Amino acid sequence: MMAPDFNKGDDAAQRFRAAALPYLDDVYTLARYLLRDSHDAEDAVQECYLRAFRHFASFRGGSIKPWLLAILRNVCRAEYARRNASIVATGGEEDIAEQKSEGLWDDPPSPETETLRRLDAVAVQDLIARLPEAYRETLVLREINDLSYREIADVIGVPVGTVMSRLARARALLRAAWLAEEKDT
Amino acid sequence: MTCDEAEVLIHALIDGELDAGHARDVEAHVAGCARCAAQLAALRDLHDAMPVQGLRRAAPASLRASIERAVPSPAKTDRRALLKGFVAGGALSALAAASVGIVILRQDRDSIVVGEAISAHLRSLQADHLTDVLSTDQHTVKPWFNGRIDLAPPVVDLTAQGFTLIGGRLDFIDGKPAAAIVYRRRVHVINLFVRQGAEGASSTPQFEVVQGFNVIRWSDNGLALLAISDINREELEEFVARFTAAARLAQQS
Repeated sequence: MMAPDFNKGDDAAQRFRAAALPYLDDVYTLARYLLRDSHDAEDAVQECYLRAFRHFASFRGGSIKPWLLAILRNVCRAEYARRNASIVATGGEEDIAEQKSEGLWDDPPSPETETLRRLDAVAVQDLIARLPEAYRETLVLREINDLSYREIADVIGVPVGTVMSRLARARALLRAAWLAEEKDT
Repeated sequence: MTCDEAEVLIHALIDGELDAGHARDVEAHVAGCARCAAQLAALRDLHDAMPVQGLRRAAPASLRASIERAVPSPAKTDRRALLKGFVAGGALSALAAASVGIVILRQDRDSIVVGEAISAHLRSLQADHLTDVLSTDQHTVKPWFNGRIDLAPPVVDLTAQGFTLIGGRLDFIDGKPAAAIVYRRRVHVINLFVRQGAEGASSTPQFEVVQGFNVIRWSDNGLALLAISDINREELEEFVARFTAAARLAQQS
């Protein structure tokens, strides 16, 4: 569908659309997991693409997906500020993951590890949605957006080591929640 | 390799983030350690159980359509219309029209930067997220930025001059990472944003009032700096003068 004010002769707009629109589902997916609300997620994605387009000139090439996701994350942080939520994942919170890394596995699995029962996607979405913010975003960027550790570090603005410890913690929490869910059902 | 190291590195192993040498090291450790082997098995199991495709969310068609409508933004269209007006009127040569374009674009970019700096300043005051690193010690704040941002922001203690350093924060302005250095003057907060500017560029401080905030922008040897606060103009100018002087001193020593 052709937008009324879209000018075909505008190179920048066309390059932007060709480069950025293929990642719309990725951006929307992250927004859903960060904001946990479909309406807010749509607003955030819209704002993300507008900002990305405005700043497209400053995009230095390379992979555009992490660049878009970093902008989306910023938009979401502004949304948190609006909601006045206290749990905001910030570049300065790496100590959380690091301090807790000793107890990475609260309940160390025995050598005969249980195999997880397969849950449907909606149930797993729900488990992920209940993870604390900093772990949730790291897990989603890795498992669903399929970013490398380096790219995640750039998006969140923390060192790679922090990404690794948060990811380890996120998976431990997810697995524990998964096992608990099996027991409940 | 210790179990503590292996505990984190097994994630890098299944994520394909390790080079061959490190992958061998982790595998060798796991082969001789039942506890880490169990953890690796548990991780692989989790990995296999994740219904990855089902976890992705497809953007609604209405969202896609509205983004397509919105790009380019109306502001962009207006600017084009303005230029077209110049050219069509024949009053300006193509070259002059182009330079008008450059001036307009630059101003636009500048107002984006100031606008986002104001948003970042407001967010820092509202969201209980003034600092990522809370310290009055410049030797703590400065190294905190290492590895987080591709520049070494000048961090100087101005407590003796009446501007107390209270910490630092990572922010984004105009799509680029910015180091925010936070000072306090009595009950007022000053956010000093430091970003990468044009290489080697230096310019004198320019004062402006935007949305009720006092803003001073300048550049120094390739760094673009912007100080924003609700303190009065004289005090903000004093802050910039003292900061600049102290930063120069620090650089020389």
